[in-house]
Amino acid sequence: METLIIILAGILVMVATYLILSKGLIRIVLGAAILTHAIHLLLMTMGGLKKGDVPLLGENAASYTDALPQALILTSIVINFAVTAFFLVLAYRTYQELKTDNLNAMRGFKDE
Amino acid sequence: MKINDVILQAITKIVVFIILTLAVYLFFSGHHTPGGGFVGGLVLASAFVLLCLAYDVETVQKGIPFDFKYVAALGALIMLIVGLGSIVFDVPFLSQSFTSMESSLFGKIEISTVTLFEAGVALSVVGVVVTIILSISKDV
Amino acid sequence: MSTVNMAIFIPFIAAMLIPLVYKKLPRLHIGWIVLVIPTFLFIRLACYIPTIARGETYLYTAQWIPSFDIYFSTYLDGLSMIFGLLITGVGALVILYSIYYLSTKESLQHFYIYLMLFMGAMLGVVFSDNIMVLYVFWELTSISSFLLIAFWYHRKGSRYGARKSLLITVGGGFAMLVGFIMIYTMTGTFHVREIIAVIGEHKESHLFLPAMLLLLFGAFTKSAQFPFHIWLPNAMEAPTPVSAYLHSATMVKAGIYLVARFTPVFGGEAVWFWLISGVGLFTLFWGSFCAIRQTDLKALLAYSTVSQLGMIMCLFGIGSASLHMDANIEAVLYTQATFAALFHLINHSTFKGALFMVVGIVDYRVGTRDIRKLGGLMAFMPISFTVAVIGSFSMAGLPPFNGFLSKEMFFTAVLHVRKLDIFAMDTFGILFPVIAWIASCFTFIYCMIIVWQTFFGPYRREKLERKSREASPGMLIAPVTLALFVVGIFFFPNVLGDYILKPAMASVFPSFQSDNYLRQPISPWHGFNTELMMTIGILIIGTLLYMSRRYWKGIYNLVPDSWTLDNLYNNTLTQMEAGSSFITSFYMTGYLRHYLLYMYVFFILAVGGVLVYTGAFDFHMANDAPINSYEWMIAGVVFTSAIAILFAKSRLTSIILNGVIGYAIAVFFVLFRAPDLALTQIVVETVTTALFLLCFYFLPPWRKENAEPRSKRVNLVISIAVGLVFILVALSVKSGKLFDTIAVYFENADELAGGNNIVNTILADFRAFDTMLEVIVLLIAGIGVFSLIRLKAGKGAEKIED
Repeated sequence: METLIIILAGILVMVATYLILSKGLIRIVLGAAILTHAIHLLLMTMGGLKKGDVPLLGENAASYTDALPQALILTSIVINFAVTAFFLVLAYRTYQELKTDNLNAMRGFKDE
Repeated sequence: MKINDVILQAITKIVVFIILTLAVYLFFSGHHTPGGGFVGGLVLASAFVLLCLAYDVETVQKGIPFDFKYVAALGALIMLIVGLGSIVFDVPFLSQSFTSMESSLFGKIEISTVTLFEAGVALSVVGVVVTIILSISKDV
Repeated sequence: MSTVNMAIFIPFIAAMLIPLVYKKLPRLHIGWIVLVIPTFLFIRLACYIPTIARGETYLYTAQWIPSFDIYFSTYLDGLSMIFGLLITGVGALVILYSIYYLSTKESLQHFYIYLMLFMGAMLGVVFSDNIMVLYVFWELTSISSFLLIAFWYHRKGSRYGARKSLLITVGGGFAMLVGFIMIYTMTGTFHVREIIAVIGEHKESHLFLPAMLLLLFGAFTKSAQFPFHIWLPNAMEAPTPVSAYLHSATMVKAGIYLVARFTPVFGGEAVWFWLISGVGLFTLFWGSFCAIRQTDLKALLAYSTVSQLGMIMCLFGIGSASLHMDANIEAVLYTQATFAALFHLINHSTFKGALFMVVGIVDYRVGTRDIRKLGGLMAFMPISFTVAVIGSFSMAGLPPFNGFLSKEMFFTAVLHVRKLDIFAMDTFGILFPVIAWIASCFTFIYCMIIVWQTFFGPYRREKLERKSREASPGMLIAPVTLALFVVGIFFFPNVLGDYILKPAMASVFPSFQSDNYLRQPISPWHGFNTELMMTIGILIIGTLLYMSRRYWKGIYNLVPDSWTLDNLYNNTLTQMEAGSSFITSFYMTGYLRHYLLYMYVFFILAVGGVLVYTGAFDFHMANDAPINSYEWMIAGVVFTSAIAILFAKSRLTSIILNGVIGYAIAVFFVLFRAPDLALTQIVVETVTTALFLLCFYFLPPWRKENAEPRSKRVNLVISIAVGLVFILVALSVKSGKLFDTIAVYFENADELAGGNNIVNTILADFRAFDTMLEVIVLLIAGIGVFSLIRLKAGKGAEKIED
């Protein structure tokens, strides 16, 4: 299972990298979002998968799955949401103001 | 932008309350079962989002007339105050404490500063998410 | 909290409240309210004088970052007492003076905020026992000095001076920080008390000398010692109260404080002795030499400050020699140099403060500080004239003013040091009295220039902007008070000696504490000894040189203008700017893709390279959990949607596909026993998709990437390589278990935090600080979105770019 998830995360990373390297604004925003998904899967895998029960002490299980990656991912999910929202608005405001979504055309002035 | 969608609006009226109840449940159960400030806040925010989708923003704003930017800031302030509160008791910043008490009506109740802290988180999340959504939809 | 801690915090709190008060009371000059703070602090500190004089010290420690050994500990002893009294006392007088100097049309709130910021920071510097905390306050004084110099920021000179002072003093501060870290590496403590106690075991350490040099670098830049003195004359662009306060009485003495504070640590070393006394002596000479050619009164005073600081520095250097010997009679002779240094430190603050204020009055009333235009003001400004005479004569070392006493003691010290038989002094010792005497002659000359050129000679109304008249009484209170101190200290020096200087001596020489050698009575008359002869010589030669100065002024032109240190500084700065802009423009092309490529290529080379180089790759599937058929299906869904995004034809498709990936991952979270994550992920994914759809109308259309095939190929190769490195590293990490999991600790959540949901307790109890900062990030993003949408640049706003 772990190997599968790691390879899946790796493919997500490839896709995300390719999207981020492209010129369109939306692709970059989507790429950043997908990259986060990949990282979440990676963190999850690093703690071991299905090694114990749900990390709720009320369950009285013999062993619990590692809770620390979960806490990290939870933080990351919320931050990712904030970043995605900001990127999204940045993208559309840029498009509104500059009338282009081509990053190469957005390059600043030479004498800045 | 006026949307004339009677079915959605009718369902929304009921569903919003279910979502709100869920949000409150998630918020309070967070310390022992899945849930907590983040999820609670997000669910609460999604209730507002649903309202905004079903009705228009002006109507929603009329019904809920507070500025969500202040809600977000208030949340952060609560967290800070909870954190500073622990300094007064000469323990490191943001140390939480808890105690439980017996009540004849509800059985064992746990009282903890975490609840306040989580309330700050939830308020912040609601405030930020709704601020983002409202400012985008007002731009339409 | 102790009084000392409060003394540091009160100015900062005041700085926060000033804008509020300023808005509430627009009619009142805010200075009157600010004045209360230093006055109160001065009185509060003065209450400690009797106990400090008995040899008691106050140490108060509060936790700040205990895990890094950083405590907010304050220490009040004789040495910090002197500085504390100077900071608050001169501060009160300067604020009183500034009330009349600055009109309400200036942006007073900024001025007083910066001033309070400075006062708090400076008190922090002198009261901190922890050197890291000291460093923080040290840099804060540099920053507030920068802000105050640039107070009239519309002037080019102010901006130039502010930047220069910031670059030099903060540069020195960085060096000092490195020195502090070295000290910590040697001794394992950040506390000055403990460092003094254990430094003896580390004198042989190879870090000992570098630490000392770096520390001195910081002290010399701050105290404007040669060759770093060049920032001080340019700092005179600040309003005069600032010059009187920061750039003569307090901030420039921070370096001296540091030297005094670290004398017990490094004192007795030959390098320490030679560097401090040598640099100080040369600065004394060079400052006084340069002061004579100045035509701007404030620039002249700036150079005189440089020179006087050099003298104090030199005295500390000589005094440190006594630590080389045991506490015997001979050593005591050298401790007298330190005694003189502390004494002159106070004297300098009084007479230089008074002089600056008089120059400020002249400037304020007449409209110029150029001595070529001034003259004959005695008749118009009798009180200012008197103060100027008292200040200048004291600086020149004439009786009956306090400068005479400390100057005599300075001569005594340099005469004694000649006889010192350590540190190769038998060869070079004679230089000390000679250079000191020459420099004192120059000092005498520029003091006479101040008095004579300004107040005597012909009165030239046509060259002055305004009609001359005496300043208002309120403006005169502060300089007159300081002048009274100048005279008073001459007649009653031993009051100061017993109550203020003696306890300070005990802090500089803690090892001599048991002896009563540390204090000698100060007396104005020693009989006709060498020192007096030297003073008389200065009087005669100085007067002759002053009279004949137009004949020998040519020597200032011997060195061409392009050879000055100022030019060196300017050229270095220009060269560095040109160089860095060349290098930066070489790789900062303005294309986002290029920047990302740098990062990715670096990632592949560094991480992949390490993996290959160390042979860390390791892979086995022994511990893997089994895979169910439906898990294969979900993985397939994620895989397919990820690939499909690359080939999507419209925005909507790609947004939905992104949503599909998000929900599929939520399902994975359920399978991996993470209910909290699954919940959050589902809600977040919903809200994100809703966001995407809300913005849908505004989003740019989904165009086919019409990039060149070559750059497309590069992108493909890079992304596959990044993915592969990622997979290889992740697999190796998974297969090799290097550390035990720390999650067991959190499984006690019920006892430790009173919660059953471990994830939630980690977030809200164990790592609450992280969570708080995370919410702050969220808040910032929210504010960012809001302002991006709401604050659209108007038509006129585009001009800001030009």
